[in-house]
This record gives sequence, structure tokens and C-alpha cells, in this order.
Amino acid sequence: MSARSNILGKLRNSLAGTTPRPDEFDEGLVTRPWRYAPEDRIARLRSLMEAVHTEVHQCRSDNWPELVADLLNKRNLTNLLCAPSKEHGRALQAHFEATEQKVELLAYDRPVEAWKEELFWNVDASLTGTLGGIAATGTIVLWPDRHEPRLMSLVPPVHIALLRASEIHDNLYDMMVAQDWAAGLPTNVLLVSGPSKTADIEQVLAYGAHGPRELIVLVLEDV
Amino acid sequence: MNQRIPVTELAPDFRGRAEEALADGQLRNNFRVAMDSLMTKRANAFPDADEREGLRELGNRLKAGALSRLPDLLEQLEQKLTENGVKVHWAETVEEANDLVHGIIEARKGRQVVKGKSMVSEEMEMNDYLAERGIECLESDMGEYIVQLDNEKPSHIIMPAIHKNARQVSKLFHEKLGEPETEDVNQLIQIGRRTLRRKFMDADVGVSGVNFAIAETGTLLLVENEGNGRMSTTAPPVHIAVTGIEKVVPNLRDVVPLVSLLTRSALGQPITTYVNLISGPRKPDELDGPEEVHLVLLDNGRTGAFADAQMRQTLNCIRCGACMNHCPVYTRVGGHTYGEVYPGPIGKIITPHMAGLDKVPDHPSASSLCGACGEVCPVKIPIPELLQRLRQENVKDPEQPQQVKGGGAKYSRTERWIWRGWQMLNTRPGLYRSFLWAATRFRALAPKKAGPWTENHSAPVPARRSLHDLAARHLDNNGGRPS
Repeated sequence: MSARSNILGKLRNSLAGTTPRPDEFDEGLVTRPWRYAPEDRIARLRSLMEAVHTEVHQCRSDNWPELVADLLNKRNLTNLLCAPSKEHGRALQAHFEATEQKVELLAYDRPVEAWKEELFWNVDASLTGTLGGIAATGTIVLWPDRHEPRLMSLVPPVHIALLRASEIHDNLYDMMVAQDWAAGLPTNVLLVSGPSKTADIEQVLAYGAHGPRELIVLVLEDV
Repeated sequence: MNQRIPVTELAPDFRGRAEEALADGQLRNNFRVAMDSLMTKRANAFPDADEREGLRELGNRLKAGALSRLPDLLEQLEQKLTENGVKVHWAETVEEANDLVHGIIEARKGRQVVKGKSMVSEEMEMNDYLAERGIECLESDMGEYIVQLDNEKPSHIIMPAIHKNARQVSKLFHEKLGEPETEDVNQLIQIGRRTLRRKFMDADVGVSGVNFAIAETGTLLLVENEGNGRMSTTAPPVHIAVTGIEKVVPNLRDVVPLVSLLTRSALGQPITTYVNLISGPRKPDELDGPEEVHLVLLDNGRTGAFADAQMRQTLNCIRCGACMNHCPVYTRVGGHTYGEVYPGPIGKIITPHMAGLDKVPDHPSASSLCGACGEVCPVKIPIPELLQRLRQENVKDPEQPQQVKGGGAKYSRTERWIWRGWQMLNTRPGLYRSFLWAATRFRALAPKKAGPWTENHSAPVPARRSLHDLAARHLDNNGGRPS
């Protein structure tokens, strides 16, 4: 007898003669307390994210590359990992070339094994898009793909994320229903609600435990 | 100042360890401060009592519903995960689970393992098992790392190193890592970050637990604040997740209320920094993520708890730790006193199914039954009720078949006879009256020693006359009227 059949057999035996409980999910309980007027969503997201040391900037969907250059220069960072195959990557590249920025743009264009050492120790910052945001909890949602792989938002000490204001949802439930997540998830989905942190020593909050020390969210409002 | 309490140096039984802990002022202070703060944070995270109670009720129903069709859900989960490219393994015992994990690592000739926080791997004592076989298994959660470095066990399921203060951590890092001493928590964390980053990069295998396994989509959900869970599950070429069979939920939407209950109850956070949903290994066109993902489903006594409809509620647990944060006993004696993987109220009701009640006979009674644990439990496990049930199981006749593993350990023939006598006395009026007459008239002969009671109290002496006698005389004097 295999462990599998033993375990399932014991469980079935214990349930003999019982009927499964009906589905008692109540979507009102996870949506009603978490509704916001469209104009309040950014403020809610912003205040929650700032409360956990996220830097949030509101900018226009056409001038954000300038802000990125400023943020990097202010921190004296020498390079930025971004995806040249994405629209925002191209926009950033164009701006950096036009303004002759010194910051070097790096691309995650080969398997991690080919440049792990460099990725872990020499990349200063990364910039990725997001699938949207969640006002209720102050969260951005990432679906990593081949252009913006999983480690891109985790390993560099500074992570800059672009969030379209129109893609901020009230709560997680609304977002997963609106985008029909249950129909199929990618390899990895991430809800990110601030820079990496820990309170494991004396409950004193310290940022930059293993992931980014800084999370910068640029909320793009359409022009 | 040395407050280090390695497991091997602790007293062998609960009572002895409790006495040691109660006498340790630093330890008590560390816990008191931490528990007070966690209780306040939880309370602030649920400002609306109606919302909180509605959500707890929903959490209870979702978990009870999932358990009511657990075998079907496990099969669905296995099927979905397999479709997604995840290999699913089953283990009845911790030995089997360790053997499976070791086999997966050996197949890749792995020598270095990094582990995200996982209580199931603590159940398995995986670190020791792998170390004995020449494989380094390093904890990567800051608290777990500190505890491992000092050869200790976690003292809290969410805050493993809560019993230590910054000075103690500083000393430890100085001794073990050769780092300069500092009591600045930020600097201490940066030491941990630097040391572990190299390990994440070099590891052959990453191990993690699972907070919720979603059957509908074949997804493993992990919550964390540090990013070590994401590192452990993404950077190494192989990811092995280990979890108990009770962690499965039917639908993706179910995790919305459950994650909210978990992070708010555990840490008072609306959500953790990272919620990581993993649905498969690296796809051919992807550039990172593990090439192999494995899930080990562990029983280790859970089917035993499941067999009893009342004890089954134990499996509702989502491991938030709120019950220990609110427990007056835990706060005073700390996690190590319990001597088992899961401390506090939840530990008292889980451990018997894993280790046997006879291994932890003092646990069910190490409670004032104040009810705080049951009141804060996000999935409404009636912990006090289950503790009372375990007290009964503890004293059942060991000759009879037991409903809980290791039941009957506290059975005492003398105690059984005393209760029989007590029952006889109280159900036969003639006998009762004779006893009262004798007990009041010969009160001077009452025993001066009454077991543990008289260690700290003066011995009880019967009154000169019983209330019964006094009432009868009063009625006689009053012509039968009460007043």
C-alpha cells in the first residue's frame, strides 16, 4: 500500500456517511468593507504603501522616464535593469539616450544561470511594469514573464514599479474576478506591498531583509 | 548575562521547564513585551468588530468545508499540480517525508539547501536529517537563522527568535560569524542579509512550506515579509515545498479572506509584504525560476485527528500564532517550555496527534481555560473545548481502546476510586448525612496534608456544623418559615 492510498483511505473512512458541506463563500464579506470611490483609490493605496516605507510618486504617463532618471541620479546608482522588449522599457531607453544619462540600462535577456553572480551583486536597481494595484491593502500585482523574470523585482536593492492609475482595483477579490485569474495562473504571481522587511529581532522593524531595500511606485495617470 | 537556553539543557518535563522559565526575568520580559505588542497590533488591524466576526465565521466555514471533502480536494490538487508540471509526493510519517526530500536532493547531487520558514520541516527535523547525510540545510528567515545559528528551536511559530534581545543576537553574530558587536537592529539585519545572499545564490535546492494549496488552479501560496521565501523558491534550480495535508482549499477566491485573517491575526498587517503564488516550474521560454518543483504532502498524525469529528477542528489551523500571543500561560513560560514543535494553545491540541498524548501529558492542564485563544482564533477553533476533551482522554482507562493517540497516560487507579466513592456519597442521601455528621463532629481528625494543595495552602478543615444542619435548626426555631 502506498502512502497516498493509505492517507486517502483513512480520510475517506473517517468521512463515511457524511456529506460535504455546501459552498458557503460570501463575497460581500471580502468586498463590502473594501469599496472606494474611484478618486479615493490612489490616496488609499498611497497611504498604506507609504506607511511601510514605499516611495510613491504620481506622474503622467508621458513624463515618468524623467522622474526615473532623477531618482537614480539622486541615489548615485550606476545601472538599472529594465526590459527593452516592453513598451515602457523602450520609452525609458529613448529618454535615457536623448538626455545622455550616465546610468547604464541592463536587460534580463539570458537565463539566470548565465549571469547569477552579476545579477546578485552588481545590479543597483530594476524597473518593471505591474498588472495593477489593490487599494484595500496597498498592493501592487506582478505577473513575471520572460521579459521581466521573477528575480528582477526581488534581487536588486531598489525596485521601481510602474502602476497605471486606471488599473488600481478596490480589493483583491474584485481584481481576481475582473481578470478571471481562476481560469489560469502564470508560473508565479506576486502581491507586493512594500520593500522587504523583518521584525524578527525584538520586533524592531528593519527594511531590506532579503529583497529590495527600497520600493518606488510610480502611479501613472493618463494624459 | 547568559540567557541562552539550548534545548538539550532544558529540564526533561514541562513542569521543570516551566519553573526554569518563570525564574528567568529576561526571558519573561522579552515575551511580555512582544506579546503585548502583537496583541495591540492585532486589535488595531480589526477596528470593526462586526467585520472581524463575519470574517472569522467565513474562515471557519471555508476550512470546515474544505475538510468535509479533503480527500477529493487532495486528489484535485495533485491532478492540477501535475498538469502544471509540479511533482506531488505523499508521506505518512516524517521519516518518509525526509527520505523523499533527501532522494530529490541526491538525484541532483545537491549539497547546499536554503530553507524558507516552514513549521512542517520543523516537524520533520529536516535540518538534522540532512546534516547527518552531509547536506547543509540553512534557515533563511532572519529569526530562524538566528535560532539555527545558536542550535536552538523556534520559540514562536511566527517570531522564532522572540526570546532573544538584540544584545544576545549581537553576541551570537560576533561569536559565530566573527562580526563586530552592535546592538543596532538594522546593522544586525544587514549582516544576516549579506551572509544569506551568498547562500541563496549558491544553493542547489530551496525548501519552503505552504500557507495555502489551491486545488482549483494547482497553486502554492506563501506569505512572508522578508523575501527569503521568494529567494528560496526562485533562485535555486530545485524547489521542494513541504506541507501538511490540511492546507488545501478548493478555490482561488478562498484565499482572499484566509490571507486577510492570517496576516491581520498574526502580525496586525493588512497584508504581508509578499504574497507569492507558485503554479509551476520554469517554462521553456522563461529565464529564471526552478527547473523542478516538488510538493511533499505530509500526514504525521493528521489523519488521526481527522478521524474524530471534534478533534478534526484542530486541522482548521492556519498557523497565525494569535492563540499563543494572547495566552497568559505562553506569555509567562515562553515557547521552549512546551518542548515540542508547536507551542502554546494550538500546540497543546496538535501535538497529541503527532507525538501522542502520553508524551505531553501536562499540556492539556497547563491552561487556565480563560478562553482567550478560542476568542481570537481566526478560524474559530474551540481550543478550550478541545483542551477539556484532551483532559478527559488523558485519564481514560489505558486498558481500553484510545480515541486519541497515547490517551490514558494520566489514569490513576486511586483517583478513579476516590471519584467512585465521591459519587456513591453524593447519590445516597443516608450515606451522605452520616458522612456529614461524622465529618463535622470529628473535624479535628481531618488530614493535615492533602497532596499538592497543602504545599502552598493551609489544609481545609470542615466547619463545626454543616450548612444543612444550620438551615434545619434555623427552620425549627422559626416554626418552619425561612425568615
